[in-house]
Amino acid sequence: MLKRLLVVVLVLAALGGGVFWWLTAPSRLDAVSLAGAAPSAERGRQVLAAAGCASCHVTEGQTDRNRLGGGHALKSPFGTFYASNISPHPERGIGRWSEADFANAVLRGVSPSGEHYYPAFPFTSYQRMTVADVRDLFAYIKTLPADDTANRPHDLPFPFTVRRGLGLWKLAFLDGQPFRADPAKSAEWNRGAYLVEGPGHCAECHSPRQFTGAIPSDRRFSGGPNPDGRGWVPNITPHRDGLASWSKDEIATFLADGFTPSGDSTGGAMASVVRNTAQLSDADRAAMATYLKDLPAREGRPPQRR
Amino acid sequence: MKRFVIAAATLALGTFAVTAQGADPIAARKESMKTVGQQTGAGARMARGQAEFNLAQARAIFASYEQAAATYATLFPDNSQTGGDTAALPAIWSNRAAFTAAVAKWGADARTEGAKVTDLATFQAAFTEVTKNCGSCHEVYRARRN
Repeated sequence: MLKRLLVVVLVLAALGGGVFWWLTAPSRLDAVSLAGAAPSAERGRQVLAAAGCASCHVTEGQTDRNRLGGGHALKSPFGTFYASNISPHPERGIGRWSEADFANAVLRGVSPSGEHYYPAFPFTSYQRMTVADVRDLFAYIKTLPADDTANRPHDLPFPFTVRRGLGLWKLAFLDGQPFRADPAKSAEWNRGAYLVEGPGHCAECHSPRQFTGAIPSDRRFSGGPNPDGRGWVPNITPHRDGLASWSKDEIATFLADGFTPSGDSTGGAMASVVRNTAQLSDADRAAMATYLKDLPAREGRPPQRR
Repeated sequence: MKRFVIAAATLALGTFAVTAQGADPIAARKESMKTVGQQTGAGARMARGQAEFNLAQARAIFASYEQAAATYATLFPDNSQTGGDTAALPAIWSNRAAFTAAVAKWGADARTEGAKVTDLATFQAAFTEVTKNCGSCHEVYRARRN
């Protein structure tokens, strides 16, 4: 009797484990979806600026933005993540990666060995990027200097150390959908939507998060507590809590030089973001501003401070 | 008698100003940066061609930076790390020397670059150079906020 019960329990456990294994299996892109024209490193430089890679994949205080050796600490309620080395170093960077490896990392959050990445790496936004942009980006990164900084392991408590569990998180919060242009809107609006929602990954910081770490869609872009410490990441919807009083030109100018309409100079992580957006074309910054001004206005302001 | 009253009043006012500053360095530094922000806003509009270039005003902007930088780093005594809705980050106190040096560099840049301004083109170059100090300091020493 006891033996039979034990067998049942074991079978159930195996089934449960199997289901977990099946549910959490990393999904990779197929080769067909990666085909296309030859990538361009020159265009990739713009993609790197738009995606802000050099804001995280560098060491604190580093001024050379071409050495993507990683090291930046990203604090979160789940623990501290350390950005990895994505320079073309063969052992410590991504020098031996194939284009497919890179595309799977950026668009699916899956490593070359088939492990899930933590969504501190914003593939939740990057999944909207076009394959062409990702290939250009890879071609450009290949031209940058190799850096031999060793990857620092993330500082996480159990159970967040079990990467396989991220498969469940992805099932719930990662839709795998590419960016879809809205034919009812202008080309400029769509370009802005692509940049803001995809490579720009603006929502990752400018939104509140649920206890799961996911962003509630009805509060996207409405600002949130700074996960990195003191302060508040501003609401960037056209609500009076956010950018209602900013003109489109003022937003575009801010993305170029970091000055708010009142003459304040941006600080914190945004200073680094502006160093990225400053490298984009005027047309791209104007497109981002157009899209931001057209977001639904959402309430969201910092809690009253003492 | 009249002279005495004026002297006493001046003294009283001066003392009041000093104690006000000493008592509330957070308010004092906010006020200082508010002025700097107003000057920078005006400067940015001139640099972008949204406002007409005015040499006297352009020079006044750099002079205001220099003046603010002269005392700014002293407005962060140890007892002003929290409270008063401050956005100052602990890095100011843990890297005191670097913070003081950064403020001094801003003042020195304002003096050197401001002296080069003769027309719109030289103003744009100088303004761009000096205001690099804004972002580099805010990035490390000021919290994100609305």
